[in-house]
Amino acid sequence: MTAIKKIWDNVSGLWSLVVGLKITGKAFMDKQVTLHYPRETVSDSQLEGFRGPLELVGKPKVPASPKCIACMMCVSACPSGCISITKAKAPKPTEAELQAMKEAEERGEKVVKPKAPKEPTKFMYDFSLCSLCGSCVENCAVGAIRFSDNVYFASTDRNAFKMDLLYRLEVKGQRQEQAKAESAPQEPEKSTKEG
Amino acid sequence: MSQIPVELVKILIALVAVAAFVGLNGLVLVYLERKVAGHIQRRPGPFEVGPHGLLQPLADAVKLIGKQLFTPKNADGFLFWLAPILSFMPVLLLFLPLPFGPKLTGMNLNLGLLLILAFSGLNVLATCLAGWGSNNKYGILGAARAVSQSVAYEIPLLLSVLAIAFQTGSLNLSEVVAGQGSWPWQWNFMVQPLAFIIFFVSALGETNRAPFDLAEAESELTAGFHTEYSGMGFGMFFLAEYANMIVVCSVAVALFLGGWNGPFFDGAWWFLAKVYVLLLVMIWLRWTFPRVRFDQLLNLNWKWLMPLALLNLLITAFVTKLS
Repeated sequence: MTAIKKIWDNVSGLWSLVVGLKITGKAFMDKQVTLHYPRETVSDSQLEGFRGPLELVGKPKVPASPKCIACMMCVSACPSGCISITKAKAPKPTEAELQAMKEAEERGEKVVKPKAPKEPTKFMYDFSLCSLCGSCVENCAVGAIRFSDNVYFASTDRNAFKMDLLYRLEVKGQRQEQAKAESAPQEPEKSTKEG
Repeated sequence: MSQIPVELVKILIALVAVAAFVGLNGLVLVYLERKVAGHIQRRPGPFEVGPHGLLQPLADAVKLIGKQLFTPKNADGFLFWLAPILSFMPVLLLFLPLPFGPKLTGMNLNLGLLLILAFSGLNVLATCLAGWGSNNKYGILGAARAVSQSVAYEIPLLLSVLAIAFQTGSLNLSEVVAGQGSWPWQWNFMVQPLAFIIFFVSALGETNRAPFDLAEAESELTAGFHTEYSGMGFGMFFLAEYANMIVVCSVAVALFLGGWNGPFFDGAWWFLAKVYVLLLVMIWLRWTFPRVRFDQLLNLNWKWLMPLALLNLLITAFVTKLS
Protein backbone atom coordinates (compact mmCIF):
# COMPACT_ATOMS: atom_id res chain seq x y z
CA MET A 1 0.00 0.00 0.00
CA THR A 2 2.68 2.43 1.05
CA ALA A 3 4.69 1.76 -2.07
CA ILE A 4 1.71 2.57 -4.27
CA LYS A 5 1.05 5.70 -2.26
CA LYS A 6 4.67 6.74 -2.63
CA ILE A 7 4.55 6.30 -6.38
CA TRP A 8 1.28 8.20 -6.55
CA ASP A 9 2.80 11.03 -4.49
CA ASN A 10 5.64 11.28 -6.94
CA VAL A 11 3.38 11.23 -9.95
CA SER A 12 1.01 13.81 -8.51
CA GLY A 13 4.08 15.88 -7.66
CA LEU A 14 4.64 16.19 -11.38
CA TRP A 15 1.48 18.27 -11.54
CA SER A 16 3.10 20.88 -9.30
CA LEU A 17 5.74 21.35 -12.00
CA VAL A 18 2.99 22.26 -14.44
CA VAL A 19 1.49 24.66 -11.90
CA GLY A 20 4.87 26.35 -11.53
CA LEU A 21 5.22 26.67 -15.29
CA LYS A 22 1.74 28.15 -15.49
CA ILE A 23 2.65 30.79 -12.92
CA THR A 24 5.82 31.89 -14.68
CA GLY A 25 4.09 31.67 -18.04
CA LYS A 26 1.43 34.04 -16.79
CA ALA A 27 4.03 36.39 -15.35
CA PHE A 28 5.79 36.33 -18.74
CA MET A 29 2.64 37.53 -20.46
CA ASP A 30 1.73 40.05 -17.76
CA LYS A 31 2.54 43.72 -17.83
CA GLN A 32 5.94 44.66 -16.49
CA VAL A 33 6.11 46.37 -13.13
CA THR A 34 9.42 48.17 -13.52
CA LEU A 35 9.88 51.63 -15.02
CA HIS A 36 12.45 52.76 -17.53
CA TYR A 37 13.72 55.41 -15.17
CA PRO A 38 15.09 58.30 -17.18
CA ARG A 39 12.21 58.06 -19.64
CA GLU A 40 9.48 57.27 -17.13
CA THR A 41 9.03 58.35 -13.53
CA VAL A 42 6.92 57.03 -10.71
CA SER A 43 3.35 58.17 -10.35
CA ASP A 44 1.87 59.45 -7.10
CA SER A 45 -0.24 56.35 -6.60
CA GLN A 46 2.89 54.19 -6.85
CA LEU A 47 4.50 56.32 -4.15
CA GLU A 48 1.90 55.43 -1.53
CA GLY A 49 3.71 54.22 1.57
CA PHE A 50 7.07 55.19 0.18
CA ARG A 51 9.58 56.27 2.83
CA GLY A 52 11.71 59.06 1.51
CA PRO A 53 13.88 61.36 3.61
CA LEU A 54 11.99 63.12 6.41
CA GLU A 55 10.23 66.38 5.90
CA LEU A 56 8.41 68.77 8.23
CA VAL A 57 4.69 69.34 8.01
CA GLY A 58 3.61 72.96 7.75
CA LYS A 59 0.76 74.54 9.64
CA PRO A 60 -2.47 74.16 7.73
CA LYS A 61 -2.88 77.89 7.26
CA VAL A 62 0.79 78.88 7.07
CA PRO A 63 2.43 76.09 5.10
CA ALA A 64 5.87 77.70 5.31
CA SER A 65 6.09 77.50 9.10
CA PRO A 66 6.35 74.11 10.83
CA LYS A 67 3.82 72.46 13.10
CA CYS A 68 6.74 71.35 15.23
CA ILE A 69 6.65 72.33 18.94
CA ALA A 70 10.30 71.45 19.55
CA CYS A 71 9.42 68.89 22.25
CA MET A 72 12.47 66.81 21.22
CA MET A 73 10.53 63.53 21.25
CA CYS A 74 11.82 62.64 17.80
CA VAL A 75 15.40 63.36 18.85
CA SER A 76 15.18 60.98 21.81
CA ALA A 77 13.28 58.37 19.80
CA CYS A 78 15.77 58.28 16.96
CA PRO A 79 18.03 55.22 17.23
CA SER A 80 20.67 56.63 14.91
CA GLY A 81 20.75 60.17 16.22
CA CYS A 82 20.21 61.77 12.86
CA ILE A 83 17.93 64.58 14.03
CA SER A 84 19.19 67.62 15.90
CA ILE A 85 16.90 70.44 16.96
CA THR A 86 17.69 73.81 18.47
CA LYS A 87 14.83 75.17 20.52
CA ALA A 88 13.80 78.78 20.18
CA LYS A 89 14.98 80.87 23.15
CA ALA A 90 12.88 83.32 25.02
CA PRO A 91 13.20 86.81 23.53
CA LYS A 92 15.68 88.87 25.53
CA PRO A 93 13.94 91.86 27.10
CA THR A 94 15.43 95.21 26.33
CA GLU A 95 16.84 97.48 29.01
CA ALA A 96 13.65 99.52 29.20
CA GLU A 97 11.50 96.43 29.49
CA LEU A 98 13.74 95.04 32.25
CA GLN A 99 13.42 98.31 34.11
CA ALA A 100 9.66 98.25 33.73
CA MET A 101 9.47 94.66 34.98
CA LYS A 102 11.60 95.48 38.02
CA GLU A 103 9.40 98.40 38.88
CA ALA A 104 6.28 96.37 38.50
CA GLU A 105 7.69 93.66 40.76
CA GLU A 106 8.50 96.24 43.39
CA ARG A 107 4.97 97.48 43.21
CA GLY A 108 3.88 93.95 43.98
CA GLU A 109 2.25 93.36 40.64
CA LYS A 110 2.38 90.03 38.91
CA VAL A 111 5.03 90.01 36.25
CA VAL A 112 4.76 87.85 33.17
CA LYS A 113 8.20 87.05 31.93
CA PRO A 114 8.40 86.43 28.18
CA LYS A 115 8.34 82.69 27.56
CA ALA A 116 10.28 80.80 24.92
CA PRO A 117 8.08 80.22 21.89
CA LYS A 118 7.39 76.54 21.23
CA GLU A 119 9.14 76.23 17.92
CA PRO A 120 12.49 75.13 16.60
CA THR A 121 15.00 77.59 15.29
CA LYS A 122 17.00 74.86 13.66
CA PHE A 123 15.93 71.44 12.52
CA MET A 124 18.87 69.50 11.08
CA TYR A 125 18.49 66.03 9.64
CA ASP A 126 21.30 63.78 8.47
CA PHE A 127 19.85 61.44 5.86
CA SER A 128 23.12 59.53 5.57
CA LEU A 129 22.59 58.24 9.14
CA CYS A 130 18.84 57.74 8.93
CA SER A 131 17.58 54.17 8.70
CA LEU A 132 14.03 55.31 7.84
CA CYS A 133 12.63 53.31 10.77
CA GLY A 134 9.86 55.81 11.40
CA SER A 135 10.26 56.05 15.18
CA CYS A 136 10.31 59.83 14.95
CA VAL A 137 7.13 59.92 12.91
CA GLU A 138 5.37 57.61 15.37
CA ASN A 139 6.56 59.51 18.41
CA CYS A 140 5.74 62.99 17.19
CA ALA A 141 3.04 64.43 19.41
CA VAL A 142 1.64 66.84 16.85
CA GLY A 143 2.26 65.04 13.60
CA ALA A 144 4.81 67.55 12.50
CA ILE A 145 7.16 65.16 10.76
CA ARG A 146 6.59 62.67 7.97
CA PHE A 147 8.32 60.75 5.20
CA SER A 148 8.60 62.66 1.97
CA ASP A 149 7.98 61.15 -1.45
CA ASN A 150 11.37 62.27 -2.65
CA VAL A 151 12.24 59.20 -4.72
CA TYR A 152 15.00 60.44 -6.95
CA PHE A 153 17.13 62.02 -4.25
CA ALA A 154 20.78 61.18 -4.94
CA SER A 155 24.09 62.90 -4.55
CA THR A 156 27.80 62.26 -4.72
CA ASP A 157 28.43 64.68 -1.87
CA ARG A 158 28.00 63.53 1.71
CA ASN A 159 27.08 67.01 2.81
CA ALA A 160 24.08 67.05 0.51
CA PHE A 161 22.42 64.59 2.87
CA LYS A 162 22.67 66.92 5.85
CA MET A 163 19.43 68.72 5.34
CA ASP A 164 18.03 71.82 6.93
CA LEU A 165 14.40 70.79 7.13
CA LEU A 166 13.16 74.22 8.19
CA TYR A 167 14.69 75.79 5.13
CA ARG A 168 13.28 73.07 2.88
CA LEU A 169 9.82 73.55 4.35
CA GLU A 170 10.07 77.27 3.77
CA VAL A 171 11.06 76.80 0.17
CA LYS A 172 8.30 74.27 -0.33
CA GLY A 173 5.72 76.57 1.26
CA GLN A 174 6.82 79.43 -0.92
CA ARG A 175 6.60 77.28 -3.99
CA GLN A 176 3.10 76.16 -3.04
CA GLU A 177 1.99 79.72 -2.53
CA GLN A 178 3.47 80.70 -5.84
CA ALA A 179 1.63 77.85 -7.52
CA LYS A 180 -1.55 78.94 -5.81
CA ALA A 181 -1.01 82.48 -7.03
CA GLU A 182 -0.68 81.24 -10.55
CA SER A 183 -3.90 79.32 -9.86
CA ALA A 184 -2.57 76.44 -11.87
CA PRO A 185 -1.34 73.69 -9.55
CA GLN A 186 1.79 72.62 -11.32
CA GLU A 187 3.28 69.54 -9.79
CA PRO A 188 6.72 68.80 -11.16
CA GLU A 189 6.37 66.45 -14.08
CA LYS A 190 5.29 63.22 -12.51
CA SER A 191 3.19 60.24 -13.36
CA THR A 192 4.16 59.45 -16.89
CA LYS A 193 3.07 55.92 -16.20
CA GLU A 194 0.31 54.69 -13.92
CA GLY A 195 0.85 51.22 -12.55
CA MET B 1 46.20 20.67 -55.89
CA SER B 2 43.98 17.86 -56.98
CA GLN B 3 45.42 15.83 -54.14
CA ILE B 4 43.12 17.43 -51.56
CA PRO B 5 40.17 15.12 -51.06
CA VAL B 6 36.77 16.68 -51.62
CA GLU B 7 35.42 15.18 -48.44
CA LEU B 8 38.01 17.07 -46.39
CA VAL B 9 37.09 20.38 -48.01
CA LYS B 10 33.45 19.67 -47.33
CA ILE B 11 34.12 18.99 -43.67
CA LEU B 12 36.18 22.15 -43.41
CA ILE B 13 33.41 24.27 -44.91
CA ALA B 14 30.88 22.59 -42.66
CA LEU B 15 33.02 23.27 -39.60
CA VAL B 16 33.40 26.94 -40.47
CA ALA B 17 29.67 27.24 -41.06
CA VAL B 18 29.00 25.48 -37.79
CA ALA B 19 31.40 27.80 -35.94
CA ALA B 20 29.54 30.80 -37.35
CA PHE B 21 26.22 29.21 -36.51
CA VAL B 22 27.31 28.50 -32.92
CA GLY B 23 28.65 32.02 -32.43
CA LEU B 24 25.52 33.64 -33.84
CA ASN B 25 23.24 31.38 -31.87
CA GLY B 26 25.24 32.11 -28.73
CA LEU B 27 24.48 35.80 -29.15
CA VAL B 28 20.82 35.17 -29.88
CA LEU B 29 20.43 32.77 -26.97
CA VAL B 30 22.12 35.10 -24.49
CA TYR B 31 19.71 37.82 -25.51
CA LEU B 32 16.75 35.44 -25.44
CA GLU B 33 17.68 34.04 -22.06
CA ARG B 34 18.01 37.45 -20.47
CA LYS B 35 14.85 38.77 -22.08
CA VAL B 36 12.81 35.74 -21.05
CA ALA B 37 14.25 35.89 -17.54
CA GLY B 38 13.31 39.55 -17.39
CA HIS B 39 9.78 39.08 -18.61
CA ILE B 40 9.17 36.13 -16.32
CA GLN B 41 10.20 38.35 -13.44
CA ARG B 42 8.05 41.15 -14.88
CA ARG B 43 10.92 43.46 -15.77
CA PRO B 44 12.12 44.48 -19.23
CA GLY B 45 15.47 42.66 -19.32
CA PRO B 46 18.34 44.28 -21.25
CA PHE B 47 17.05 47.47 -22.77
CA GLU B 48 19.70 50.16 -22.98
CA VAL B 49 22.28 48.93 -25.51
CA GLY B 50 20.73 49.27 -28.94
CA PRO B 51 17.00 49.17 -29.65
CA HIS B 52 15.37 47.00 -26.99
CA GLY B 53 18.83 45.95 -25.83
CA LEU B 54 19.51 44.04 -29.04
CA LEU B 55 23.22 44.84 -28.95
CA GLN B 56 23.63 43.76 -25.32
CA PRO B 57 25.09 40.32 -26.16
CA LEU B 58 27.62 42.00 -28.45
CA ALA B 59 28.63 44.33 -25.65
CA ASP B 60 28.94 41.33 -23.34
CA ALA B 61 31.08 39.51 -25.87
CA VAL B 62 33.38 42.50 -26.30
CA LYS B 63 33.71 42.76 -22.54
CA LEU B 64 34.57 39.08 -22.22
CA ILE B 65 37.13 39.24 -25.01
CA GLY B 66 38.72 42.36 -23.56
CA LYS B 67 39.20 41.00 -20.08
CA GLN B 68 42.52 39.81 -18.72
CA LEU B 69 43.12 36.08 -18.76
CA PHE B 70 44.12 35.25 -15.25
CA THR B 71 45.63 32.01 -13.96
CA PRO B 72 45.23 31.54 -10.23
CA LYS B 73 48.24 30.86 -8.02
CA ASN B 74 49.22 27.20 -7.72
CA ALA B 75 46.78 26.26 -10.46
CA ASP B 76 47.82 23.64 -12.99
CA GLY B 77 48.27 26.03 -15.89
CA PHE B 78 48.16 23.42 -18.62
CA LEU B 79 44.98 21.70 -17.46
CA PHE B 80 43.45 25.02 -16.49
CA TRP B 81 43.69 26.38 -20.02
CA LEU B 82 43.12 23.05 -21.71
CA ALA B 83 39.69 22.73 -20.10
CA PRO B 84 37.83 25.59 -21.82
CA ILE B 85 39.25 24.60 -25.20
CA LEU B 86 38.35 20.98 -24.59
CA SER B 87 34.86 21.99 -23.63
CA PHE B 88 34.26 24.13 -26.70
CA MET B 89 36.09 22.35 -29.52
CA PRO B 90 34.22 19.01 -29.57
CA VAL B 91 30.93 20.90 -29.64
CA LEU B 92 31.66 22.03 -33.19
CA LEU B 93 32.03 18.39 -34.17
CA LEU B 94 28.63 17.56 -32.68
CA PHE B 95 26.92 19.73 -35.28
CA LEU B 96 28.35 17.81 -38.24
CA PRO B 97 25.91 14.89 -38.39
CA LEU B 98 22.85 16.99 -37.52
CA PRO B 99 20.33 17.07 -40.38
CA PHE B 100 19.31 20.72 -40.54
CA GLY B 101 17.45 20.30 -43.78
CA PRO B 102 16.78 17.64 -46.44
CA LYS B 103 20.21 18.35 -48.00
CA LEU B 104 21.72 20.52 -45.30
CA THR B 105 23.88 18.09 -43.37
CA GLY B 106 27.52 18.62 -42.58
CA MET B 107 28.41 14.98 -42.87
CA ASN B 108 25.92 12.24 -43.55
CA LEU B 109 27.18 9.55 -41.20
CA ASN B 110 25.79 6.09 -40.61
CA LEU B 111 26.69 6.41 -36.95
CA GLY B 112 25.88 10.10 -36.54
CA LEU B 113 23.96 9.58 -33.35
CA LEU B 114 26.83 7.61 -31.87
CA LEU B 115 29.28 10.35 -32.81
CA ILE B 116 27.19 12.95 -31.01
CA LEU B 117 26.80 10.84 -27.90
CA ALA B 118 30.47 9.93 -27.82
CA PHE B 119 31.87 13.41 -28.27
CA SER B 120 29.39 15.08 -25.96
CA GLY B 121 31.00 13.00 -23.23
CA LEU B 122 34.17 15.09 -23.59
CA ASN B 123 32.34 17.99 -22.00
CA VAL B 124 32.35 16.14 -18.68
CA LEU B 125 36.10 15.72 -18.90
CA ALA B 126 36.50 19.44 -19.60
CA THR B 127 34.39 20.32 -16.58
CA CYS B 128 36.38 17.90 -14.45
CA LEU B 129 39.72 19.34 -15.62
CA ALA B 130 38.51 22.89 -15.08
CA GLY B 131 37.54 22.16 -11.51
CA TRP B 132 40.70 20.20 -10.79
CA GLY B 133 43.09 22.54 -12.55
CA SER B 134 41.93 25.75 -10.92
CA ASN B 135 43.06 24.76 -7.40
CA ASN B 136 39.86 26.02 -5.85
CA LYS B 137 37.58 24.22 -3.42
CA TYR B 138 34.43 25.39 -5.17
CA GLY B 139 35.90 24.34 -8.47
CA ILE B 140 36.69 20.84 -7.29
CA LEU B 141 33.26 20.46 -5.66
CA GLY B 142 31.58 21.61 -8.84
CA ALA B 143 33.67 19.24 -10.91
CA ALA B 144 32.88 16.31 -8.63
CA ARG B 145 29.22 17.07 -8.90
CA ALA B 146 29.38 17.48 -12.65
CA VAL B 147 31.02 14.11 -13.11
CA SER B 148 28.62 12.12 -10.96
CA GLN B 149 25.67 13.95 -12.48
CA SER B 150 26.72 13.54 -16.09
CA VAL B 151 27.65 9.90 -15.66
CA ALA B 152 24.28 9.25 -14.09
CA TYR B 153 22.22 11.13 -16.63
CA GLU B 154 24.02 9.75 -19.64
CA ILE B 155 22.45 6.34 -19.02
CA PRO B 156 18.75 7.20 -19.34
CA LEU B 157 19.68 9.53 -22.17
CA LEU B 158 21.32 6.69 -24.08
CA LEU B 159 18.50 4.29 -23.26
CA SER B 160 15.84 6.65 -24.55
CA VAL B 161 17.86 7.25 -27.72
CA LEU B 162 18.27 3.49 -28.11
CA ALA B 163 14.51 3.05 -28.04
CA ILE B 164 14.27 5.22 -31.16
CA ALA B 165 17.21 3.43 -32.73
CA PHE B 166 15.47 0.08 -32.15
CA GLN B 167 12.29 1.36 -33.63
CA THR B 168 13.80 2.90 -36.74
CA GLY B 169 16.70 0.48 -37.04
CA SER B 170 19.17 3.24 -37.78
CA LEU B 171 21.72 5.45 -36.06
CA ASN B 172 21.79 7.83 -38.99
CA LEU B 173 19.96 10.99 -37.97
CA SER B 174 19.06 11.89 -41.56
CA GLU B 175 17.39 8.51 -42.01
CA VAL B 176 15.51 8.80 -38.73
CA VAL B 177 14.19 12.18 -39.81
CA ALA B 178 13.29 10.98 -43.28
CA GLY B 179 11.31 8.14 -41.70
CA GLN B 180 8.94 10.60 -40.06
CA GLY B 181 6.05 12.35 -41.79
CA SER B 182 5.15 15.99 -42.18
CA TRP B 183 2.36 16.13 -39.62
CA PRO B 184 2.85 16.08 -35.85
CA TRP B 185 1.01 12.77 -35.44
CA GLN B 186 3.52 11.11 -37.75
CA TRP B 187 6.45 12.05 -35.58
CA ASN B 188 8.24 9.62 -33.28
CA PHE B 189 7.13 11.67 -30.34
CA MET B 190 3.64 10.16 -30.71
CA VAL B 191 4.97 6.62 -30.55
CA GLN B 192 7.58 7.22 -27.87
CA PRO B 193 6.27 9.94 -25.56
CA LEU B 194 7.98 8.48 -22.50
CA ALA B 195 11.32 8.27 -24.29
CA PHE B 196 10.95 11.89 -25.35
CA ILE B 197 10.29 13.07 -21.79
CA ILE B 198 13.16 10.99 -20.41
CA PHE B 199 15.44 12.31 -23.14
CA PHE B 200 14.51 15.89 -22.43
CA VAL B 201 14.95 15.61 -18.66
CA SER B 202 18.27 13.81 -19.07
CA ALA B 203 19.35 16.41 -21.58
CA LEU B 204 18.75 19.11 -18.97
CA GLY B 205 20.92 17.07 -16.61
CA GLU B 206 23.59 16.54 -19.25
CA THR B 207 23.87 20.20 -20.18
CA ASN B 208 23.97 21.28 -16.52
CA ARG B 209 20.95 23.48 -17.03
CA ALA B 210 18.73 24.55 -14.16
CA PRO B 211 17.07 22.91 -12.28
CA PHE B 212 20.04 20.54 -12.59
CA ASP B 213 22.81 23.15 -12.59
CA LEU B 214 24.52 21.70 -9.56
CA ALA B 215 27.97 21.98 -11.12
CA GLU B 216 27.65 25.77 -11.09
CA ALA B 217 25.16 26.33 -8.28
CA GLU B 218 25.76 30.06 -7.80
CA SER B 219 24.26 30.14 -4.34
CA GLU B 220 26.35 27.27 -3.01
CA LEU B 221 29.58 27.12 -5.01
CA THR B 222 30.05 30.70 -6.24
CA ALA B 223 30.28 29.51 -9.84
CA GLY B 224 31.37 25.90 -9.38
CA PHE B 225 33.86 24.62 -11.89
CA HIS B 226 34.37 27.96 -13.65
CA THR B 227 34.84 30.05 -10.50
CA GLU B 228 38.42 30.96 -11.38
CA TYR B 229 37.93 31.65 -15.08
CA SER B 230 37.93 35.18 -16.37
CA GLY B 231 37.37 36.67 -19.79
CA MET B 232 37.24 34.25 -22.68
CA GLY B 233 38.11 31.27 -20.44
CA PHE B 234 34.68 31.68 -18.97
CA GLY B 235 33.35 32.74 -22.37
CA MET B 236 34.31 29.39 -23.88
CA PHE B 237 32.41 27.47 -21.21
CA PHE B 238 29.51 29.80 -21.69
CA LEU B 239 29.49 29.33 -25.45
CA ALA B 240 29.90 25.58 -25.01
CA GLU B 241 26.91 25.47 -22.69
CA TYR B 242 24.70 27.23 -25.21
CA ALA B 243 26.08 25.18 -28.09
CA ASN B 244 25.38 22.01 -26.11
CA MET B 245 21.84 23.19 -25.51
CA ILE B 246 21.39 23.60 -29.24
CA VAL B 247 22.84 20.16 -29.89
CA VAL B 248 20.58 18.33 -27.43
CA CYS B 249 17.55 20.23 -28.69
CA SER B 250 18.50 19.47 -32.28
CA VAL B 251 18.91 15.78 -31.49
CA ALA B 252 15.55 15.81 -29.70
CA VAL B 253 13.96 17.46 -32.71
CA ALA B 254 15.57 15.05 -35.16
CA LEU B 255 14.70 11.95 -33.15
CA PHE B 256 11.28 12.80 -31.78
CA LEU B 257 9.80 15.86 -33.45
CA GLY B 258 10.21 15.11 -37.10
CA GLY B 259 13.35 17.16 -37.78
CA TRP B 260 12.96 19.26 -40.88
CA ASN B 261 9.59 17.69 -41.65
CA GLY B 262 6.71 20.03 -41.08
CA PRO B 263 3.27 20.86 -42.36
CA PHE B 264 3.17 22.30 -45.92
CA PHE B 265 6.82 23.23 -46.41
CA ASP B 266 9.53 20.81 -45.34
CA GLY B 267 12.83 22.46 -44.76
CA ALA B 268 15.47 23.85 -42.45
CA TRP B 269 13.11 26.51 -41.09
CA TRP B 270 10.94 23.87 -39.47
CA PHE B 271 14.03 22.38 -37.88
CA LEU B 272 15.19 25.74 -36.55
CA ALA B 273 11.71 26.67 -35.34
CA LYS B 274 11.34 23.43 -33.42
CA VAL B 275 14.82 23.73 -31.94
CA TYR B 276 14.05 27.22 -30.76
CA VAL B 277 10.75 26.15 -29.21
CA LEU B 278 12.61 23.49 -27.23
CA LEU B 279 15.28 26.02 -26.25
CA LEU B 280 12.57 28.38 -25.05
CA VAL B 281 11.10 25.59 -22.95
CA MET B 282 14.54 24.98 -21.45
CA ILE B 283 14.91 28.66 -20.59
CA TRP B 284 11.38 28.72 -19.24
CA LEU B 285 12.18 25.74 -17.00
CA ARG B 286 15.32 27.43 -15.75
CA TRP B 287 13.49 30.51 -14.57
CA THR B 288 10.65 28.52 -13.04
CA PHE B 289 12.11 25.73 -10.95
CA PRO B 290 14.53 25.98 -8.04
CA ARG B 291 17.69 23.90 -8.13
CA VAL B 292 17.20 20.34 -6.89
CA ARG B 293 19.27 18.97 -4.04
CA PHE B 294 22.02 16.57 -5.00
CA ASP B 295 20.35 13.50 -3.50
CA GLN B 296 17.12 14.45 -5.24
CA LEU B 297 19.00 14.78 -8.49
CA LEU B 298 20.47 11.30 -8.24
CA ASN B 299 17.27 9.77 -6.84
CA LEU B 300 15.33 11.14 -9.77
CA ASN B 301 17.83 9.60 -12.13
CA TRP B 302 18.40 6.17 -10.61
CA LYS B 303 14.93 5.56 -9.20
CA TRP B 304 12.77 6.99 -11.95
CA LEU B 305 14.44 7.80 -15.23
CA MET B 306 16.63 4.69 -15.37
CA PRO B 307 13.93 2.06 -14.66
CA LEU B 308 11.41 3.86 -16.83
CA ALA B 309 13.87 4.12 -19.70
CA LEU B 310 14.74 0.43 -19.35
CA LEU B 311 11.08 -0.51 -19.31
CA ASN B 312 10.43 1.63 -22.33
CA LEU B 313 13.36 0.06 -24.14
CA LEU B 314 12.16 -3.47 -23.34
CA ILE B 315 8.66 -2.76 -24.56
CA THR B 316 10.05 -1.15 -27.71
CA ALA B 317 12.26 -4.17 -28.33
CA PHE B 318 9.32 -6.55 -27.95
CA VAL B 319 7.05 -4.54 -30.17
CA THR B 320 9.66 -4.12 -32.92
CA LYS B 321 10.47 -7.82 -32.77
CA LEU B 322 6.82 -8.80 -33.03
CA SER B 323 5.82 -6.45 -35.82
